[in-house]
Amino acid sequence: MTTPTKTLEALATRDYKWGFVSDIEADTLPPGLNEDVIRLISAKKAEPEFMLDWRLRAYRHWSKLERQAGEPKWANVTYPPIDYQKIVYYSAPKRQGEGPASLDEIDPKLLETFEKLGIPLGEQKRLAGVAVDAVFDSVSVATTFKEKLAELGIIFCSFSEAVQNHPDLVQKYLGSVVPYTDNFYAALNSAVFSDGSFCYIPRGVRCPMELSTYFRINAAGSGQFERTLIVAEEGSYVSYLEGCTAPMRDENQLHAAVVELVAQEGAQIKYSTVQNWYAGDAEGRGGIFNFVTKRGKCAGRGARISWTQVETGSAITWKYPSVILQADDSIGEFYSVALTANRQQADTGTKMLHIGKNTRSTIISKGISAGRGNNTYRGLVRILPRAANARNYTQCDSLLLGDRCGAHTFPYIEVGNASSIAEHEASTSKISDEQLFYCKQRGLSGDNAVSMIINGFCKEVFKNLPMEFAVEATKLLGVSLEGSIG
Amino acid sequence: MLSIRDLSVGVEGKTIVRHLNLEVRAGEVHAVMGPNGSGKSTLAQALAGHPAYAVTGGEVTYLGRDLLAMSPEDRARAGLFLAFQYPIEIPGVSNAAFLKAAINEQRAARGLDELDAMDVLERLEQKLQLVEMDKSFLSRPVNEGFSGGEKKRNEILQMAVLEPTLAILDETDSGLDIDALKIVAQGVNRLRRPDNAIILVTHYQRILQYVEPDHVHVLFDGRIVKSAGKELALELERRGYDWIRDEVGAVA
Ligand SMILES: Nc1ncnc2c1ncn2[C@@H]1O[C@H](COP(=O)(O)OP(=O)(O)O)[C@@H](O)[C@H]1O
Ligand SMILES: [Mg+2]
Repeated sequence: MTTPTKTLEALATRDYKWGFVSDIEADTLPPGLNEDVIRLISAKKAEPEFMLDWRLRAYRHWSKLERQAGEPKWANVTYPPIDYQKIVYYSAPKRQGEGPASLDEIDPKLLETFEKLGIPLGEQKRLAGVAVDAVFDSVSVATTFKEKLAELGIIFCSFSEAVQNHPDLVQKYLGSVVPYTDNFYAALNSAVFSDGSFCYIPRGVRCPMELSTYFRINAAGSGQFERTLIVAEEGSYVSYLEGCTAPMRDENQLHAAVVELVAQEGAQIKYSTVQNWYAGDAEGRGGIFNFVTKRGKCAGRGARISWTQVETGSAITWKYPSVILQADDSIGEFYSVALTANRQQADTGTKMLHIGKNTRSTIISKGISAGRGNNTYRGLVRILPRAANARNYTQCDSLLLGDRCGAHTFPYIEVGNASSIAEHEASTSKISDEQLFYCKQRGLSGDNAVSMIINGFCKEVFKNLPMEFAVEATKLLGVSLEGSIG
Repeated sequence: MLSIRDLSVGVEGKTIVRHLNLEVRAGEVHAVMGPNGSGKSTLAQALAGHPAYAVTGGEVTYLGRDLLAMSPEDRARAGLFLAFQYPIEIPGVSNAAFLKAAINEQRAARGLDELDAMDVLERLEQKLQLVEMDKSFLSRPVNEGFSGGEKKRNEILQMAVLEPTLAILDETDSGLDIDALKIVAQGVNRLRRPDNAIILVTHYQRILQYVEPDHVHVLFDGRIVKSAGKELALELERRGYDWIRDEVGAVA
């Protein structure tokens, strides 16, 4: 007889169907990091002076941190020390000529890779209603619907292009939400980041389609360091999606990204992630170290930023998408599902910093642990003395599948004035034999019963995802659990 | 349709159902009555294949198949339905989604096409009228926050939708007011067809005023100690279970 325990122990066997490697000729720097590497990356991108300066300052700051304390140790995760001199900091598919390639100049193998991942880029096949920026290792290879969006004044392009074509905007906002001094990985990213996406939504414009970036790591031994910057001007709206996969390899690969969001008065940014980096095998060999800094700033009155994340991949996830509620009446939201199976470890959560009056924040975190997975919610709600009438609601639910996994909750709440209220609720549950039997009695297979119960558990988060992504996320959890019943 | 021979079932090492025999033919309604703790639910759960109820002896044939060799989901797909005495909550999963999955897995097992969301919805709405529930019932999570009566009606709704060949209702009538009881009875009567059978597990005779059984059995201490026609139910109602205890005691 299958019990949920046995069922989910078998999560160890889950398949990762995105684990293939594409055979693509690459322009790759040798491993190692020093000022010359940074100058080289900057030169390859023909960057203006201010960019190189900023990178070098970030590098010097990072070197100092590295010498003094090394990487941060406070997270509830364990892994062998990372040798930063063994990482490749730049790897890009080779291509002819300068400037952004048009579709027919792109290596067909690249197009094929993205198509295989479910992200067709060709004119005829591309996804309706979603504009995609496809990032392969260190560079963006194509961005769809760019011209159509430009008609509305929306800028959606790779970060490299933005540096060339919109240097003023980049200079104004780069590091304005996540300065390079923020933390160890943010400093590293600022020094070496090679590409990413840039979005600018002008005043009063409601972006008519989902904007999306798909990140693919391919090269061995390389790290991925991308940067995303989204600026929503007064009264504008944008929904942005991010997806990612990587080949299955026995060594760990580092992904240290930075995302900055700026929402001006009355603007709304919805940022959704389905993170599906390779998680490593059942013994914990290989997989991506996902050390990411994501933060949004509600800079104008009544601005609203929502983070929705579904974290199913990576060997280690270390990530706290946060909102600085700077302006009065602004709103920050964080909806998260984090699944850890096998030997996966996740230390994830959010920070809500209430500065403005009448600011509101909502945190819904759903942690699912299976196998020997270890899942930690870490959250900070800080309401400053001047943030009168601020409100926070936090709900952290953990679902344990099996008895060798772990769930931990570290909520930090600081309320600095008497008119503000922070509410916190937490629960831990298991899928019971009774639930499983009830589903089976109605004809459901054990696998489907478990996915259904998990989907139910995640519902409050999934309902915040755009339609296509909700389907994708549901499928992902389904795939994660596939074949888990004998 | 269902043939139970010399069945014994244990829970946590304790034998509850002892050497039980029962024959159910297509078209019949059997009432299984008995005092609390006599093993009614144990019998029902064992027939449905609950892993906590271990069959320690005997045989059960269902539609010519060895029921005890089938997994719980295969039993369900073969048309065996159990209305639970204590229905289980599944937070976040809507009644509609749950039933759609159940319908389609059962159809797939029978080699039928999957029904799309519209077809399923149509079917559900039809059956909703039967249990006199509002459409909003479908979007509520399975049994979560339901009153006792709503849970029981939900079991009947699921039964009506899945159209089982053999339905076992475990005290679906308990704790219901008279209106809800009538609704449950109506649901059962609708299912009653020459090719179906129903086992009505109940503590009280009340529901048998609305659903007329062909046979009534008294379960006592894990054994069927008396079987007769519907008149037995009335006698039990009048005289309680004590006289049975005395009778059985006298025999033993
Ligand atoms: N899941 C269970 N775990 C432990 N004991 C049980 C369980 N189910 C039933 N029993 C025991 O089996 C006996 C019969 O219970 P049950 O079958 O529920 O009777 P009824 O439905 O007739 O009231 C009782 O002594 C009860 O305590
Ligand atoms: Mg009972």
